[in-house]
Amino acid sequence: MTTLDFKGRAAKALHDPQLTGALARAKGHFALGRAAAKARTPDFEMLRDRATAIRRRSIALMPDLLERFEARATAAGATVHWAADAADARAIATGICKAHGATRAIKSKSMATEEIELNAHLLSHGITPVETDLGEYIIQLRGETPSHIIAPAVHLTKDQVAETFRAAHTDLDPARDISERQALVKEARVKLREAFLAADVGITGANILVAETGTIVLVSNEGNIDLTASAPRLHIAIAGIEKVVESWDDAGIVLRVLARSATGQDMSSYVTVLTGPAQGDEVGPRTSHIILLDNGRSTLAAGNKAEMLACIRCGACLNHCPVYTAVGGHAYGGPYSGPMGAVLTPAIDGLTKDTANLPNASSFCGRCEAVCPVRIPLPMLLRHWREDAYAAGLPTRGERWGLGIWRALSTRPWAYRLTQWSAARGLRFVSWWQGGRIKRLPFAGRGFTATRDIAPPAAKSFQAQWRGRR
Amino acid sequence: MTDTKEAALFVTCLIDLMRPEVGMASARLIERAGFTVVVPRQGCCGQPNYNAGDRKGAQVLARAAIAALEPYETIVVPSGSCGGMMVRHYPTLFDAADPWASRAKAVASRVLELTQFLARHPPSAGAPGLAGKIAYHDSCSSLRDLGVHDEPRALLRSMTKAEDVPFAENETCCGFGGLFCVKYPDVADRIAADKCAAIIASGADSVVSADLGCLLNIGGRLARMGSPIKAVHIAEALAGDA
Ligand code: SF4
Repeated sequence: MTTLDFKGRAAKALHDPQLTGALARAKGHFALGRAAAKARTPDFEMLRDRATAIRRRSIALMPDLLERFEARATAAGATVHWAADAADARAIATGICKAHGATRAIKSKSMATEEIELNAHLLSHGITPVETDLGEYIIQLRGETPSHIIAPAVHLTKDQVAETFRAAHTDLDPARDISERQALVKEARVKLREAFLAADVGITGANILVAETGTIVLVSNEGNIDLTASAPRLHIAIAGIEKVVESWDDAGIVLRVLARSATGQDMSSYVTVLTGPAQGDEVGPRTSHIILLDNGRSTLAAGNKAEMLACIRCGACLNHCPVYTAVGGHAYGGPYSGPMGAVLTPAIDGLTKDTANLPNASSFCGRCEAVCPVRIPLPMLLRHWREDAYAAGLPTRGERWGLGIWRALSTRPWAYRLTQWSAARGLRFVSWWQGGRIKRLPFAGRGFTATRDIAPPAAKSFQAQWRGRR
Repeated sequence: MTDTKEAALFVTCLIDLMRPEVGMASARLIERAGFTVVVPRQGCCGQPNYNAGDRKGAQVLARAAIAALEPYETIVVPSGSCGGMMVRHYPTLFDAADPWASRAKAVASRVLELTQFLARHPPSAGAPGLAGKIAYHDSCSSLRDLGVHDEPRALLRSMTKAEDVPFAENETCCGFGGLFCVKYPDVADRIAADKCAAIIASGADSVVSADLGCLLNIGGRLARMGSPIKAVHIAEALAGDA
């Protein structure tokens, strides 16, 4: 879709006033929500500690827990599939649909299905997917990808959504006012109701896989997941293998930190719990399939970024990231964005010159780690990617040489002194030339001085002054 | 006992080059706290290389800093960023089997960021510090790597007549980030612009921080915007030479 790299995409985003406005509004909204939830939960930090311990343990025991999950889910009547990569998962999903003659799919918001780009694949196999999460529905109509892992259409303004509906819903009365949020929701609901009634298959993700009972747990605020998973006769859930936890106690803790960190709610409005297909006169799907997706996750588990797998996809690291809130999710070039996306995308797509931008485009401010409910050391994981990129020779030659020269100069006192002395001279000259402030520098200093006026350094370095004082 | 108290001052390359007066102010404050200041030979702490993924290079730089600093019981760094590098990252920079690992840990345990040091060893009365309305910017490393929050504010209250004014999103990064603002200037500039707007809206006369990187970034951006707000290092604000 786009040939721009991260820098290009970021630059485009920074010059999009609608996007900038939407991001500014969302930033305050989510961060305030979490802060309020934290304030009214006296044991919040303790909850985070427990959630952290649970998720780390789940990752350490992952192979074993997954086998237990498979055994219990199978005993409950579900069919469990293992997908090594995205292509595998897509093929399994379409295979199941075809075997059941399903051509109309409804979907709940699922980052795993975004990750494997399921919708395009379904369409190419004659299966029409309809997204039922409001945000996903909007971006599906627009042919876009989600820009936030829990708020897929956060990059859009209300007006843009209204325009989208007018363009897509040709039966919509032009005189009807849909400028307000409630009107938009109502309009989408009418369309989605038709899709729910007609669907032969419901496709969802999973927020948690509970090993002890073989249960899938899903959360939502719109109630659409309940319907997606239970209205059609066939249900397919696609879940990353890292979603597994051992017990219901574990799941309970994860749910408690998830909603508080994501939207600031104490609990998501709907929690859907599915153990196998419906039996007897129970409401629900008659057939249920679970696709467990690896797609780079076991490789991640074996390396120095395994802690990333503890992620529960709450989005807090995005909402508090100065880079994400400046450029939005699309700049990251994958379904995952913000700090977590910067760790995950190189793992899923491979480390290239472009994906290496993601872990590099961070000021290491550390706020992501400070708010992450499961205390993932995101800056350290980003740093590990930078180390991998450095070892692979991906940084520009200028950067590698610069660092090498700096190392050589800085460890030799005379050379360090000479460098500081000449740098001070040079900068003072530039400043004099430019009228008393450094306003324009070439090379590495260009970007910084493009929008800043820097006062010149003193004539003598601190160390020189100090020697003089003795 | 008192006359044998010694503190090593590690001023950081940026202060050494760009704002030596911050180093001098730090030295005076440490002396007013009853310590003799020693300035060991110094280069870079290794942070630029470490953050760029050049761990080997960072180790080379860190070894030089460790060797120079390890003779001292107390090491003061007037920067949350370089202080954070030493305190939080030196301990894991070397493999456990490397003999430098324990030396790194020993040095890390003796490093204090300037305001941490001054909070423990209050300076004697001296020149009145900075006056007027100030916006205090917590540098990300001070706040999150070192957990420094109350110390600079308490010092400003007790040593100056300045009035600390609140501003929006004061826990957000200013967009400096070392090489980050060199490699991604557009993104860094948006972050800096938002920070400056919040500071201007606060009505402050000056912005004070414990990291020169943030101050060059914010101060430079404010100057370009034509704002009269001064960017002042906490050492100068407290020592009364700003
Ligand atoms: S990394 Fe942490 S903060 Fe970010 S989405 Fe995952 S769990 Fe949430």
